[in-house]
Amino acid sequence: MIPAAFEYQRASSADEAIGLIGQYGDEAKFLAGGHSLIPLMKLRLAQPTVLVDIGRVKDLSYIKDAGDHVAIGALTRHMDVENSDLLKTHVPLLAHAASHVGDSQVRHRGTIGGSIAHADPASDLPATTLALGASYVVRGPKGERTIAARDFYKGFLESALAPDEMITEIRVPKITGAKWGFQKFNRRAQDWAIVGVAAWQLNGASGVGLVNMGSTPILATSSMNALNSGAALADAAALADADSEPQDDLNATAEYRRHLARVLVRRALS
Amino acid sequence: MKISLTVNGNLHTSEVEPRTLLVHYIREHLGLTATNVGCDTSSCGACTVHLDGEAVKSCTILAVQADECDVTTVEGLAKNGEMHPMQKAFMENHGLQCGFCTPGMVMAAISLLREIPNPSEEEVRIGLEGNLCRCTGYHNIVKSVLDAASKGAAGR
Repeated sequence: MIPAAFEYQRASSADEAIGLIGQYGDEAKFLAGGHSLIPLMKLRLAQPTVLVDIGRVKDLSYIKDAGDHVAIGALTRHMDVENSDLLKTHVPLLAHAASHVGDSQVRHRGTIGGSIAHADPASDLPATTLALGASYVVRGPKGERTIAARDFYKGFLESALAPDEMITEIRVPKITGAKWGFQKFNRRAQDWAIVGVAAWQLNGASGVGLVNMGSTPILATSSMNALNSGAALADAAALADADSEPQDDLNATAEYRRHLARVLVRRALS
Repeated sequence: MKISLTVNGNLHTSEVEPRTLLVHYIREHLGLTATNVGCDTSSCGACTVHLDGEAVKSCTILAVQADECDVTTVEGLAKNGEMHPMQKAFMENHGLQCGFCTPGMVMAAISLLREIPNPSEEEVRIGLEGNLCRCTGYHNIVKSVLDAASKGAAGR
């Protein structure tokens, strides 16, 4: 399978990339690692007429200690998130979740910003950063703005990102010392999760994100409220599916997904 | 678009359509046909090559993205007529059956040892999760990788 023909432009900075996208309009797409976009283009589910390659914008690949949060450049690869000592210490849930994305070949190319911009409810990192209360810094022709993860996901593969905006940084609050867990239920190695759960708990606060439990990544606020008010884990986990709208597909019925979410939240925090 | 990249130590400058996938560039433009196209959906790993020393799936990378990069395919592993220790280990441990997945398996295994020089059996199995063997010959593939690691293949 070969993508439909397109024009290729390479940008060496974020501003140059935004300028190029502005010049070409809605039919242009940013290309980072390409591991979400190229498969869609091969299937002709996406047919951008112009690709603006941002894969060489080197100053957007970093993981920095920013005090109360860790700042991650949007072009940081999954493999670098997975291996980051800073994240392993302060946000181990994110480093661990990154190690479950695809397989090592995919993690050598795919980027955290690309995964979030793609906004796939079945992807691991959108739901994980949602659970962590992250915010995303995005840049467009009118300048920079910050969007909270909980305001970002609007629908299936749809986000608050305008077509001419790109994510530049992911800001993840530290949860140093938290209890945390990541559960990914799938049938075969490297598959997307049938249901996944990213969860943490620390000093009366918590976060629970659900993978593949609706048209967007889901924040399980009912479970979180229960955890934060001191409910037993089993009781909080029983509410895991309350805020979700899972669908039937070839892998699982909606009811089975609801069951999985309840079990996996319990396992994630046990 | 004009691209220049090094493949197995040789510099190639070519004119390609932007939509050309790296695997097709390697196979059809350069005639290096050891790298296979299996699933074409970045699942099976048969198309695994090294891009700047790391295993990647060349069916999910555009040739233009590899511009100015260093690519190694399984044809580039042997030095002075001698097989790479990973290739030898696959041969000695019967790490292949039909052979279709083998080029990708070998490239993924070498990349794995660069990251984990002395992996456990479990680390090998997890590390090779991106490569499928339809003969289901995983047992001897894992044995081959462990054997290569024990013989110091990680430095190669």
